[in-house]
Amino acid sequence: MSAIAISSPGRNRNARATTESAWIRRSLISIALAFLTLFLFVPLISVFYEALKKGLDVYVAAATEPEAVSAIKLTLTAAAIAVPLNVIFGLAAAWAIAKFEFRGKSVLTTLIDLPFSVSPVVAGLIYVLMFGLQGWLGPWLAENDIKIIFAVPGIVLATIFVTVPFIARELIPLMQAQGTEEEEAAVILGASGWQTFFRVTLPNVKWGVLYGTILCNARAMGEFGAVSVVSGHIRGSTNTLPLHVEILYNEYNFAAAFAVASLLALLALVTLGLKMLVETRAKQQEENVGEH
Amino acid sequence: MSIEVRNLSKRFGSFSALRDVSLEVRPGELLALLGPSGSGKTTLLRVIAGLETADTGQVLFHGEDATNQHVRERQVGFVFQHYALFRNMSILENVAFGLRVRPKKFRPSDEEIRRRVHELLKLVQLDWLADRYPHQLSGGQRQRIALARALAVEPNVLLLDEPFGALDARVRKELRAWLRRLHDDMHITSVFVTHDQEEALEVADRVVVMNEGRIEQIGTPDEVYERPASPFVYEFLGKVNLFHGRLHRGRAWVGGIEIDAPEHPEAEELPAVAYVRPHDIEIERIPAVSGLNGDGDSGTSLVAQVSHVLAIGPVVRLELIRNGDKDKEHQELIEVEISKERFRELNLARGDEVLIKPSRFDLFPRQIH
Amino acid sequence: MNKFKQHSVLPGFNLALGFTLLYLSLIVLIPLSATFIRASALSWPEFWSIVTTPRVLASYRLTFGASFAAALVNAVFGLLVAWVLVRYRFPGKKLVDALVDLPFALPTAVAGIALTALYAGNGWIGQFFEPLGIKIAFTPIGIFVALTFIGLPFVVRTVQPVLEDIEAELEEAAATLGATRFQTFSRVIFPTVMPALMTGFALAFARAIGEYGSVIFIAGNMPMVSEITPLLIITKLEQYDYAGATALAVVMLVISFIMLLVINLLQWWTRHRSALA
Repeated sequence: MSAIAISSPGRNRNARATTESAWIRRSLISIALAFLTLFLFVPLISVFYEALKKGLDVYVAAATEPEAVSAIKLTLTAAAIAVPLNVIFGLAAAWAIAKFEFRGKSVLTTLIDLPFSVSPVVAGLIYVLMFGLQGWLGPWLAENDIKIIFAVPGIVLATIFVTVPFIARELIPLMQAQGTEEEEAAVILGASGWQTFFRVTLPNVKWGVLYGTILCNARAMGEFGAVSVVSGHIRGSTNTLPLHVEILYNEYNFAAAFAVASLLALLALVTLGLKMLVETRAKQQEENVGEH
Repeated sequence: MSIEVRNLSKRFGSFSALRDVSLEVRPGELLALLGPSGSGKTTLLRVIAGLETADTGQVLFHGEDATNQHVRERQVGFVFQHYALFRNMSILENVAFGLRVRPKKFRPSDEEIRRRVHELLKLVQLDWLADRYPHQLSGGQRQRIALARALAVEPNVLLLDEPFGALDARVRKELRAWLRRLHDDMHITSVFVTHDQEEALEVADRVVVMNEGRIEQIGTPDEVYERPASPFVYEFLGKVNLFHGRLHRGRAWVGGIEIDAPEHPEAEELPAVAYVRPHDIEIERIPAVSGLNGDGDSGTSLVAQVSHVLAIGPVVRLELIRNGDKDKEHQELIEVEISKERFRELNLARGDEVLIKPSRFDLFPRQIH
Repeated sequence: MNKFKQHSVLPGFNLALGFTLLYLSLIVLIPLSATFIRASALSWPEFWSIVTTPRVLASYRLTFGASFAAALVNAVFGLLVAWVLVRYRFPGKKLVDALVDLPFALPTAVAGIALTALYAGNGWIGQFFEPLGIKIAFTPIGIFVALTFIGLPFVVRTVQPVLEDIEAELEEAAATLGATRFQTFSRVIFPTVMPALMTGFALAFARAIGEYGSVIFIAGNMPMVSEITPLLIITKLEQYDYAGATALAVVMLVISFIMLLVINLLQWWTRHRSALA
C-alpha cells in the first residue's frame, strides 16, 4: 500500500567487493522463497485446489446458486458506490493538500490515514452505535422506516470507511512531487479552474488514480470484518461474497466455500496483475519526465 | 504596453521579499531584473504577473490599475524557469492550449489554431517538433516552446523567470542572442529575471539591480556597469578592488593615496572604501631614480609586487600584493587588467615591484552594520 | 502574516478542502467521536471493570503477543525477502515480487479459510506437525500464522525502496576501507534501512492488532485461550452488550491512535534519514 513503489530490476553488481559469494546468495534466495512458499504460495494454490476438489460441477453450482449470485451483486454494488466516492474524495483531498499551503495540513493528512489503523470490527461498530436500534439516530431512523444497519446502506458505509484513504494517499505525494507550475502556466494562459484540473492535473496523475482505484476496489470487494458487523448476515439480502464464504464454511460446506473464495482469489490475482501493469506504465511516465 | 509598479512590499513570514519597490517598464523595452538569489527579483516578476499578491503597493498596466486583476485577465505571457510544459500534451497542444481554453465565442477555429501554432513554431524554429512530447526535447528546445506557448495568446507583456537558468553555457549564449533578435522583431514589453550579470548586460535595454528586496539601481547596461550607484552594484557587477581608508571634508585617504572627494564635503573622519575596477588601474615600472622607498609617488600611487600573472587572450590579468602588507593571512590581492601590448612594454614577471595608480574610482562611506 | 492559507492563483481550494472535511467528518470523524461520547456514559470504575476482566485481559495478551511475534517474524523475513528481491536475480523474480502484495489483495476471509485448511491436523502443512504433537490451527499458533500472512507485505514494501536507493558507492567505499561483507552489512546497510524496517514492523503490528477476518477461522475462538479482542467486541455486540462493546472499542481506538502516531514519527524519521544521506 506504499506509494507507487517501483522495484528496479537487480542492478548489475559485477564488483565482487559488493556482493556475496554464490552459496550465500543461493541460501538467502532459498530461505526467502521457502518462507514465501509456506506463507503465500501454498495458501493461494490451496484455495483453488479445495475449490475444484469435488469437481467442476460442484464448483459451478456453488458459484451460480441464487444466494451466491445475490452476494456477487451486493459486493459489486457496494464497490460501485464506495470506489467512485473515494476517488472524488481522493482527488479533492490531494488537490487541497498538494497544491496549497495552509495551516493544519499535516493533521489533515494524518486524519485521512486514520481508517487504515482502525480495526475493521471497530469500523463496523461505530456505525452500529450511530445508526443501530440502540444507536443515536436509531429511534429516529426506525420511526421513519429507514434501515441502515443490517441493510445495504450500512454495508456501503462500512465499505467506504475502510477504503477512504486509498486514492488520497496515492495522489498526495504524487501531486506534491509534480508541483504547481503547470497549473500556474495553464491559469496564465487563460484556463478556468475546471479546465486546468481536467486538462492538466488529472492527465498527469491518471496512473496514480488508477493505481489507487485498483487497490481500493480490491479492499472494497474483499472487506470482511467491518461489513460483518453491520450486515446481520441475512442470506440473499445483506450477504457480500466474503460473508457468503463464511456462512458456507460454518455450515461445513467446504467445497462451496472454497469455490466462492476462489472467485475472490481470482479477483486478487487480477488486482495484482493490473497493479503490476499500472506500475510499469507509471514508471515509464516517470522516466519520461525524469528531468523535470 | 507600459508596466508600472508602485511601492510594492511583500513578506513571506519573517522574510521580506520586497521592500517598497517602485519601477517603470517602458513600452517595448526589454528589461532585466538582476540580483542574487533571495533578492526578490522572482517575487517581483510573479507579483507583476499576478501569481503572487503584494502586501501593499500597486501594479499598473498601461496606466491602469491591475493590482486586483486576476492572472487570467492580465494577458501576460509567462515563461517559467523550468518551462512548466504540460507533460501529457504534444508540443502542438502545448502551444495551442491558451487558444483552446478560450470560451467558445472567442475561440478560433481548429484550423486557425493549427495555423497559428505552426506560425509560432516556425518563429521559434521548431516547426518539425509539433508532434513530439516535452520529455523528448532538449532543454533549449523546451525553452523555445515555452516561449512560443506564452506568445500564442498574444500577451501584452512577456515575463520570463530565469529563462536560461537551466541550460548549459553554450546553449545559453545562443538563446540569449536569439531572444534579443526576437525581441527586436516583436517589440513586446518584456521583463526577465536573471542572476547572471553577463546575461543582463548583454541582452537587456535596461537593467534593474536588486538586493535584499530593494532596487539598488536602474539603468542601461553601460550605466550600471560603468557608474554603479552603490557598493553592492559594484561588487555584483564585474570584478572590483577595494581600498579601505577614511573621508574628511572632501578629501580621502585610501590605501596610502590621497584623493579628492568633492561629493562628500561634509564628511568628518568617516571610514570609507574606494571601489576600483581592475582595468581602471595603471601600472608603471618604478623609475630607476632613487628617492622612492615604497611609500609611493607623492601620495598618488603605491608600490606593489606582482604575485601572479595570467596572460591568456588579449587582456592580461595581474595579481599584486601591496608592499608593507606583511600580514600574509590578511593581505588583500589587487587585481589589475592591462592590454597585452602594455604588458609586453612593461616586461613584467612574478616578483617585480611596480607602481600602481587608480585612474578611476568611486568612494563610498563604509556602511556601519 | 497570520493567514490560514497562503495566496495562490489556483482556484478550488475552498471547494476541495470543504468537500474533504465534510466527507471525512461524515464518514470517519463524527462516527468515531460518537463512540467516545457514548463510552463516556460509563463511569470510570464501570469502564475500568469492563476492560480489565480476566477474559478481556487474556484477549489483550493474545492479541498483542501474537501480533508482536508475527510482526517480528515479518521484520526478519521481510528484510530478507526485500534484500533478495533488490539484490539478486533468479527465475520468476518478477512474479514473486508481484505476489508479495497478495495479502493486500486477497480478502481476509479467503486467507482465513485457506490457512485453516492448510494448518489443520489433516491439512497439507498441518499433517507434518500433528505427529510431533504440535497443533497449529485452532490454537494461538494458528493466530500467529494468520497474522504473519496478513502483515507480510508491510516490511517488504517499506524496506525495498530504501534498499534500492542505497548507493553502490557506499558499499564500495566500505570495501575499499577494508570492511568485510558482513561488516559492510551490519555497519553500513543495516543502519540505513533501520528506520524503514521499524516503520514496516510498526505497520504490520498495527494491522495485526485490529485484524479479524483471517484470524477467526483459524483461531478456534476459545475464551481465555484463543479469543482475540476484536472477536470479543463482536461477541459482546451479539449479546446486545453495547456498553461493553463500546468500552473495548475505545481501548482499541486509543491503541490505534498511538500506533498511528508512532508510525508517523517513524516515517518522519525515515524521511529525515534519507534527506541527510
